[in-house]
Amino acid sequence: MNRERLRDIVLEELSAIAPDIDIATLDERARLRDEYDLDSMDALNLLTALHRRLKVDIPETDYARMQSLRDLLDYLEPRAGG
Amino acid sequence: MRSPGPQGPAGEAPPPALTDHDAVRATFSWRQAREQLAGLPGGRLNIAHEALDRHLGTPTAERIAMRFLPRQGEPVDISYRALAERANRFANLLAALGVKPGDRVYGIAHRTPDLYAAALGTLKHGGVFTPLFSAFGPEPIRSRVEIGEPVVLVTTERLYRRKIADWIGETPSAQRVLLIGEVAEAPPGTLDAGQAMSEQSPDYATRPMAPEDPALLHFTSGTTGRPKGAIHVHEAVVAHHVTGRYALDLQPRDIYWCTADPGWVTGTSYGIIAPLTNGVTMVVDEEEFDAERWYRILEQERVTVWYTAPTAIRMLMKLGPALARRHDLSALRFLASVGEPLNPEAVHWGRATLGRPFHDNWWQTETGGIMIANVAGMPIKPGSMGRPVPGIEAAVARRTDDGIELVKDPAETGELALKTPWPSMFRGYLHEEARYRKCFVGDWYLTGDLARRDEDGYFWFIGRADDVIKSSGHLIGPFEVESVLMEHPAVAEAGVIGVPDEVAGETVKAFVSLKPGHAPDEALRREILGLARKRLGPAVAPRQVEFRERLPRTRSGKIMRRLLRARELGLPEGDTSTLEGGRE
Repeated sequence: MNRERLRDIVLEELSAIAPDIDIATLDERARLRDEYDLDSMDALNLLTALHRRLKVDIPETDYARMQSLRDLLDYLEPRAGG
Repeated sequence: MRSPGPQGPAGEAPPPALTDHDAVRATFSWRQAREQLAGLPGGRLNIAHEALDRHLGTPTAERIAMRFLPRQGEPVDISYRALAERANRFANLLAALGVKPGDRVYGIAHRTPDLYAAALGTLKHGGVFTPLFSAFGPEPIRSRVEIGEPVVLVTTERLYRRKIADWIGETPSAQRVLLIGEVAEAPPGTLDAGQAMSEQSPDYATRPMAPEDPALLHFTSGTTGRPKGAIHVHEAVVAHHVTGRYALDLQPRDIYWCTADPGWVTGTSYGIIAPLTNGVTMVVDEEEFDAERWYRILEQERVTVWYTAPTAIRMLMKLGPALARRHDLSALRFLASVGEPLNPEAVHWGRATLGRPFHDNWWQTETGGIMIANVAGMPIKPGSMGRPVPGIEAAVARRTDDGIELVKDPAETGELALKTPWPSMFRGYLHEEARYRKCFVGDWYLTGDLARRDEDGYFWFIGRADDVIKSSGHLIGPFEVESVLMEHPAVAEAGVIGVPDEVAGETVKAFVSLKPGHAPDEALRREILGLARKRLGPAVAPRQVEFRERLPRTRSGKIMRRLLRARELGLPEGDTSTLEGGRE
């Protein structure tokens, strides 16, 4: 899957959980927790949703690696299929 | 890997502080407990004096009070002497700003050393410190500022810009905003506290306070109305100190980690005060929950006593034992949990995976300190909150027409009641005398929690007697959430309940009905959810919003949350005789 498409999907799932985030201006490198008030329960819900949607296995031990949108895309890109 | 920890090798585990619970209970008195503290001349005292100053003439002065773990980079060790000096600088800054004893100082910041210095410095100066959770949105912060009218707000530049700057000019209180942590550019009307503190003297004579002088104001939530500010006094330190020793088994060479944020009562009573009065080293982590990091901290810092919460324990359990087994957790001696009932599997999991069982304990904002606990010297009953700590008498009560009746039958559920007084008991709800008085019947404080007591004297939590939601150990008042939902122009009525969640205990779910002319579609759902999150912050906002044609109401017009919940969870609907229009 190309990165643009992946990005759209991640943002879609993110805004279903946290519609307060203005995804048009989202800074890819910012920590979602600090800048966009995503707490650990939100993060858990987001990763669960992405796992379902993309059929990508995301072991919970990897959760901490995904602090920003860029981290998420870097992690998912090589793992997400067509 | 760094090992041993800051105090050298743990060596032989010391015997528990409380070896014979029954014997200590039989002879315990609060008066004697107070003699364990230093006090100040004339029967006065100050929490900060017990936490810091009294150690200064002793070898504890050079011991590490706080090992601060920044998000990235090397740990920062702060000795008791250094922390006292930092708190003194803050107290001097308050004095320079004209802050008077009794004035309230609010702290809204994530965990950094200066938040602790601000709390302790406020107490030294005789001010009243109020911690607020930094994940609160602007609305919960604003309502608590309007109720408590602080003269000073301590926060960070980022939080100020995002959650406070927009409205602070509209309230007459909080004239001074002090920014801790890195300040790039102090916005107008704020002061870079770090810089201002460095210009102050590190000496300050801690103000001797009367035992009944207010020291802390902690906000909590009820079913109805605005948040309640529970007032605690300097005398409370007697309970903080002895319960730290008895219920958490704190001993002088301990390395202690309380994972609760100082934005809540646990993070203050047992995240600042009790560890310092007991002279231990506290680990303070700037980062939020992260399983791998947490295991690393337990291992590298050689944590001996760990006080955490069921939500975190359940998250660790989900990850399985392999991650834990990769770490050397042999320094752990005592594990405790608070916030909501800890399921028996978690107690067993602790024993099997971490090498020690979790000791659940129970208390609430109003009690100021641990009241009921599985302590070190007695058998744990997994799933139970334990037995009352020395100095505390607890009972199960049934409300009657003219008061209460104590329940003797171990099978019967009633309201958990505590015999008054004890030092850390709240002395009032700020500006709400009637609401305070309603909590007491005769000599008993009624907690609002339903419980039963078994034949061995162990208490078991059954549920809340009201509609308050308990999520990740925090109380959330449905009214506060509903009020924000009602601000959306499409919303006609809103009802908010807690739904069970395997990690958080409960999460917040909102039901809303719409005004005519609005369609219940996904776009509107997101708009309402977004508004709630923006205003309330993720810790308080609903995780789910669902539309309903209409919500069940009583004939007097109140939303029947109990019925919403029963229907959502498929529980018996109970008494619906007051339902508007009769049974549906």
